[in-house]
Amino acid sequence: MAASTALITAPRNRSFLTRLLGYHTQAETRECLLGYAYAAPWLLGLLIFVLGPVLVSLYLSLTKYDVISNPVFQGIANYKRAFFEDEQFWPSLGRTFKFALIVVPVGTTGSLLLALLLNQGLSGTNVYRTLFFLPHLTPAVAMAILWTFLLHPVVGPVNYVLSLVGIKGPGWFSDTQWALPSVVIASLWAGFGGNRMMIFLAGLQGVPQELYDAADVDGAGVWHRFWHVTLPMISPTLFFNLIMGVIGALKVFALAYVATSGGPSWATWFYAIHLYNWSFNYFEMGYGCALAWIFAAIVVVLTLIQFRLSRRWVYYTGE
Amino acid sequence: MTSTVAVPRSSSVFRSMSRRRRLNKIGSYVLLTLLAAVFSFPWFWTVTSSLRSADEVYLFPPPLFPRVAQWGNYPRVFELVLFGKWFINSVIVVSLATLGNVISATVVAYSFARFRWRGREAIFAITLATMMLPAEVTLIPQYLLFKQLGWINSIRPLWVPAWFGGGAFSIFLLRQFVMTLPREFDEAAEIDGASTLRILLQVLVPLMKPVLATIAVIVFIGGWDDFMGPLIYLQSAENFTIALGLRYFAANEGQPGIPTTHLLMAATVMSTTPIVVLFFVAQRYFVQGIVMSGIKG
Repeated sequence: MAASTALITAPRNRSFLTRLLGYHTQAETRECLLGYAYAAPWLLGLLIFVLGPVLVSLYLSLTKYDVISNPVFQGIANYKRAFFEDEQFWPSLGRTFKFALIVVPVGTTGSLLLALLLNQGLSGTNVYRTLFFLPHLTPAVAMAILWTFLLHPVVGPVNYVLSLVGIKGPGWFSDTQWALPSVVIASLWAGFGGNRMMIFLAGLQGVPQELYDAADVDGAGVWHRFWHVTLPMISPTLFFNLIMGVIGALKVFALAYVATSGGPSWATWFYAIHLYNWSFNYFEMGYGCALAWIFAAIVVVLTLIQFRLSRRWVYYTGE
Repeated sequence: MTSTVAVPRSSSVFRSMSRRRRLNKIGSYVLLTLLAAVFSFPWFWTVTSSLRSADEVYLFPPPLFPRVAQWGNYPRVFELVLFGKWFINSVIVVSLATLGNVISATVVAYSFARFRWRGREAIFAITLATMMLPAEVTLIPQYLLFKQLGWINSIRPLWVPAWFGGGAFSIFLLRQFVMTLPREFDEAAEIDGASTLRILLQVLVPLMKPVLATIAVIVFIGGWDDFMGPLIYLQSAENFTIALGLRYFAANEGQPGIPTTHLLMAATVMSTTPIVVLFFVAQRYFVQGIVMSGIKG
């Protein structure tokens, strides 16, 4: 009896806070306030380091801003400049796409093949898996230094091995023709056995054995088993790896920046280097923000396209 | 019916199949070993080069192993550049960032998973959306913010943000995990008079340890590898992290008359060692982390 009276009377003398938050009971209000308190670091972080900067960046992209004097609003001039005046905008974008178009398909295929090799249940698999994975642990800067040395035109071991079979090796990072392929080689070395391979392995282990047994009963060969059982079953994994691979490849920065500084003669001047250069070498922050938004738009559009295309080829068991 | 027909033939079929399997197996091992050799070669070469004498680096054809391993190359790196300082800076930055990320993301995830508050769903949706946003977009405003604070050329911009929730990915992973833990645990503790903070620290956190370790490993690697952050914020050599210092060393390598490639290789080896050690110590969390980040998509 007493409890029910309390329930009926409670809404009438709701405290100010309870009414402000639109709750009925003290307990709900308390829970809400505690929730805010625990979420506070992120509520602040979201505001200070994400949403605030997003708005500022949008605004700055419409201004001319050199950090020293105040930003001057100039409409879409920065975007026009990128598309029509900046001589290195399209080439750097094209180069970045070219890089992604090589690294993503080759890298993904390689990772899948390695995962298939490792997924046969052979003994010693763990050792091989670790050996394939170790290159991926190399920090980008160390990777750039290491490959600059390996591909050194004179004292590098790669050109030495090539000379043994009668090929005169190129100048690699110092050759305009070979600089981009050199960056490709370095990132493939780290990429083949990296996260992508591990994710494929996890995906392969999720394929039910019954499906393979059924395929065996039907007399399917290795290729048929792969094409009709393995590939459809791991297509969500493949899809995820492609999405992450494209985003990662488009962001290529540290490796090229350290190995070549974008050279020789722009050969490895990727989009991220272009963006960095305008923002932090010339301190054209307004233009830098515009370049960043163009990049964000490209990433989002490419991801959406991939999601759209995925409906045709990705198979989800749950559906 | 079909099985009775198949019986007489089965033994020979099995024999040929098992022979093919064995051949496959040998082929796989050959291929795996070959690939492992190719993949390992760059590091093998770097490590052996780090142990050569200055002249041996420039010998042609290059020798596979140094005549005498020059272990003295390693201490010499510390004499030539501020390697020790860079190393300590990296350790400080990455430890503080990892700690901040794990602690603050735990608290925030607790709020998302266990408390009903106004605006929660909307904020959570925004949080997920921020994962799509390339870091490049917020780079310049963040730089300007830290410049206002007078934090340029200090390591603070590299770790302070981690204490504000640790980012969408950590929060998301931890929230999902806490939601799988039965609420009865919380309620039992509550009946015993435990405060919400005690429930988090004494009931939930012990159960979250593997996920926390996984996140810690991911953040640690990311921080150790980070190059653009230090490049933007750090200016004087004594404030550099390993990544930036190594690049500085490489760019100024071989000042007049001193070939230092072998020392640069020693520095490269040392810059990667902590990550490799971490990998072997926490291999389980490593693999888990990768697979988790895969599931996220």
